[in-house]
Amino acid sequence: MQFPGLFNYWIAIVLMMAGFYMVMAHGNLIKKIVGLNVFQVSVFVFYISMSKIKGGTAPILEPGFEVYSNPLPSVLILTAIVVGVATTALALALIVRIHDAYGTIEEDEINAQESES
Amino acid sequence: MISVHFPVLLVLVPLIAAPICLLLRPLPGATWAIATAASWFCLYVTVSLLFRVLDSGTISYLLGNWAAPWGIEYRIDLLNAFVLVIIAAIGAVVMPYARASVTREVSPRRIYLFYTMFCLNLAGLLGIAATGDAFNLFVFLEISAFSGYTLISLGRDRRALTATYRYVLMGTVGATFYVIGIGMLYMMTGTLNMMDLAARIPAVAQTRTIHAALAFLTVGVGLKLAMFPLHTWLPNAYTFAPSAVTAFLASTATKVAVYVLIRMYFTVFGGAEIFEMFPVRETLMVLALAGMFAGSFVAIFQENCKRMLAYSSVAQVGYMVLGISFATVTGLAGGMIHLFNHALMKCALFLVMGCIFYRISSVKIADMAGLGKRMPLTMAAFVVAGLSLIGVPATVGFVSKWYLVLAALEKGWWPIAALIVASSLLAVIYIWRVVEVAYFRPVPEGAPEVTEAPLSLLVPTWIMVLASVYFGIDASRTFEVAHAAATLLIGGGK
Amino acid sequence: MSPQVTMQLALAAPLLGTVLIVLTGHRPNLRETVTLVTAAVMFLLVASLVPEVMAGGRPEVVFGNMLPGLPIALKLEPLGMTFALIASFLWIVTSIYAIGYMRGHHEQNQTQFYAFFAVALFSAVFVAFSGNLLTLFLAYEILSVSTYPLVTHHRTPEAKRGGRVYLGILLTTSIGFFLFAIVWTWLAAGTLDFTDGGILSGKVSDTVAGVLLALYVFGIGKAAVMPFHRWLPAAMVAPTPVSALLHAVAVVKAGVFSVVKVAVYVFGVDFLHSLAASEWLQYAAAATILLASLVAMTKDNLKARLAYSTVSQLSYIVLGAMLATEISVVGGGMHIAMHAFGKITLFFCAGAILVAAHKTEISQMRGIGRVMPITTFAFLIGSLSIIGLPPFGGMWSKWYLALGALDAGKQAMVAVLMISSLLNIAYLLPIPIRGFFCEPDDNPGHGAGVQEAPWPCVLALSVSAVGCIVLFFFPEPVYNLLAGMFAR
Repeated sequence: MQFPGLFNYWIAIVLMMAGFYMVMAHGNLIKKIVGLNVFQVSVFVFYISMSKIKGGTAPILEPGFEVYSNPLPSVLILTAIVVGVATTALALALIVRIHDAYGTIEEDEINAQESES
Repeated sequence: MISVHFPVLLVLVPLIAAPICLLLRPLPGATWAIATAASWFCLYVTVSLLFRVLDSGTISYLLGNWAAPWGIEYRIDLLNAFVLVIIAAIGAVVMPYARASVTREVSPRRIYLFYTMFCLNLAGLLGIAATGDAFNLFVFLEISAFSGYTLISLGRDRRALTATYRYVLMGTVGATFYVIGIGMLYMMTGTLNMMDLAARIPAVAQTRTIHAALAFLTVGVGLKLAMFPLHTWLPNAYTFAPSAVTAFLASTATKVAVYVLIRMYFTVFGGAEIFEMFPVRETLMVLALAGMFAGSFVAIFQENCKRMLAYSSVAQVGYMVLGISFATVTGLAGGMIHLFNHALMKCALFLVMGCIFYRISSVKIADMAGLGKRMPLTMAAFVVAGLSLIGVPATVGFVSKWYLVLAALEKGWWPIAALIVASSLLAVIYIWRVVEVAYFRPVPEGAPEVTEAPLSLLVPTWIMVLASVYFGIDASRTFEVAHAAATLLIGGGK
Repeated sequence: MSPQVTMQLALAAPLLGTVLIVLTGHRPNLRETVTLVTAAVMFLLVASLVPEVMAGGRPEVVFGNMLPGLPIALKLEPLGMTFALIASFLWIVTSIYAIGYMRGHHEQNQTQFYAFFAVALFSAVFVAFSGNLLTLFLAYEILSVSTYPLVTHHRTPEAKRGGRVYLGILLTTSIGFFLFAIVWTWLAAGTLDFTDGGILSGKVSDTVAGVLLALYVFGIGKAAVMPFHRWLPAAMVAPTPVSALLHAVAVVKAGVFSVVKVAVYVFGVDFLHSLAASEWLQYAAAATILLASLVAMTKDNLKARLAYSTVSQLSYIVLGAMLATEISVVGGGMHIAMHAFGKITLFFCAGAILVAAHKTEISQMRGIGRVMPITTFAFLIGSLSIIGLPPFGGMWSKWYLALGALDAGKQAMVAVLMISSLLNIAYLLPIPIRGFFCEPDDNPGHGAGVQEAPWPCVLALSVSAVGCIVLFFFPEPVYNLLAGMFAR
């Protein structure tokens, strides 16, 4: 298999690493969540890519269509998207409360306040 | 006839109880009653399932009667029946305790959230253990994780929020890694059913995709079970969560993750072969030993008692992982026995912390001066559970240690055995620091009058303490179950 | 009553006693009566088992399995019989003593004291009755933990430090080495039952057996073989009755008893004799005997000196076990009895002097014999028995140990025993001699008003001193009982 054939997977890997890097490197809590989202999206891409067959359609029995893509990964990813949205919502809610409690959403400032107390 | 549906009711009942709790929000007493009833029902169901599995072997339940591997299968064998009982039992004991403890530690506006999330968490954890479908497991993993995040953030200290945030990040990364691993397995085998995966993996075992899947799964689950050095979320989360939450999560959440690891290695990947094929054993063993020592060492220097116990949990998880890494029947059985035993004793210890917090509103070791006199029953519970953590005979800790040492010696790895006993001795130091403060340091001048914790806290605490003594004196029951499960798993789980 | 029932009752008595002591805690007289009655009942029950054991009976009781294939089991044999007999008899004496001491010295928390004392005695006799290594280990650890509150009874910083060393060393050695050795034995032999002739012979290579033996001897930290002896001096912060009964008899003897038991019933005397490692451990024991005696001479605190003397004397018994001849083992077993009576007398005297004259240092005790003649005379008797001179019981055990050493062809060990006796003279005898013949110091606070300790103390120390003499004239019962170990 040559490079273009794995194009989607390369994208998935790049997104994954970029997202992961953001989670680790950024000090801003919101940006971390953005990174986490990118990271999760890469997995969605990864799943969708694996089920896709060139020329395949949705698995609806119709005359004239022979090649179907596997629907299961897409369905799984629907679940995973829900999970991702829930994660984001939960994390944002937390950030709001952290902001209330600390007056900041910068990690280093929070750490400084915590080490004082 | 309803007992046919027990495997799914186990998950459904707490899952339905959760929104009911939400609806009954103005009546905290009713929410408590419903959550308690749900947890007791689960205990009854899991125990009856365990006995049924012991009698007549593995139970397979097809969800919606769709045949596996297309439909989702709930598969209860000895291993997960064992884990289910642990989760449900801890839940059933913590719930009665929670009422008084939560009133003290959670702001009244959020009490209903505690019960709602507790039910969800219970459903998630039981689901993880019951399901036979790898992706379904992910869903339950996230249900339990989300409710767990919420539970931890209920702590009144503002640091509970940052601790939760950190847990959210690491937990999500862990779960996502798990999904990636499962995706890779699906790519190679086209199935998500665990038994089906186990049947199909050998044909493609030597591909890089499967190897990568193994790595992703290990790291993902490792994050969830707080395997050293992926444990950094755990200490703060356990420290700042309300005591009832800590007691429940500490003895169930990480244990379930250990179960997932065992299930993946020994059922899905077919057991002992991967330990030969790949440096899985070396990796796990080194990390486990590092965790045992690092966790215990760090625990020694903590000022906050809950935090100390949290680090001790990191060390104790090390024992379980060590047992798994032996990949022998004795080792695996030892790991599973420790899973059970540690759940009992850590639950007891965190419940004690709750009793103490209830009275003195602090769990700093320095604030416990003179508690031995003022709260004799609570501190006696701490001493007994602490002795169990050390591994004194006639407590469960001893039984775990016995089997782990035995497993190491069986393999002829006496240095590992020596390390096991050496690290358990570190527990003497951190437990005794607390004991000395509680019994030897006089009550500080002007300290408020403190009496024994109320019965509704003491009784559940002592139930756990006595259980950890009982199963230390009569360990043959636990051993039989664990040993049979381990035999099944080492045989490939088929 | 069948012996099995008697054994269980003998174990149940002190536990029941504990409960009653706690319940009667607010009425000291009743509480002390309960203690005395419990001790007496326990002794009678234990004593009633003697004929059975003398007749060669080995009653066994098996409780449920603790681990699969590993039950909690009791099995009575001569060595355990001897130990149980001594411990339960001296508990009566010590209880009498404790009543005088604890009240005379105005100790706090007396209920807790008596309660844990009863638990400690329960576990000591449990050690004596244990039928396999696992049960022995269980009882051994209960003994360690239950004596911790007694050692730290005063709740002072010194008590805390002492308790730390005490529990630290005992748990480290027992979990670190002893447990390790037990698991290894279980793996190698497939059983942990105490069996005549041992269970390890032929199951392990000599190297492994040597390692195991070292793990046992050092792992049984209560036997106080150097370098794991520090806990015993540390335990001296306890009230004197604790030092007397537990740290001269019950706890330390549980240690050496375990060593002998392991030597006889796990290794087997013949197998042990063939091991090179047993010779090395003889040297370790011999070194402990001599070094501890030398350290004892430097101690001015009376209890510290007695503690080091105990360390030294315990290694006699370890030496007896490691010499691994029948005579030496019997000699070691006899020394458990002889040393118990001698050393408990000495501790009783030390406590009596503390209560009556408030003195702890030997240099302050000049002339003490003039005001406390009975106590000082009892101290003399105890010393002479420890030294091993006739007409005192200590002579016999040394005699058999020396015979055993000759039997094993180890003349050097005979020399060690003799030198040790000389050292004993040097550090023990000066105390009563100065007490009787030196002029009292003229420091203030001395002299006026000092008299004998409260009568229960004097009674107790007289009884144990008489015991030393009686054992000289009637050693046969002890000897015959112990010789039963090799009767079959």
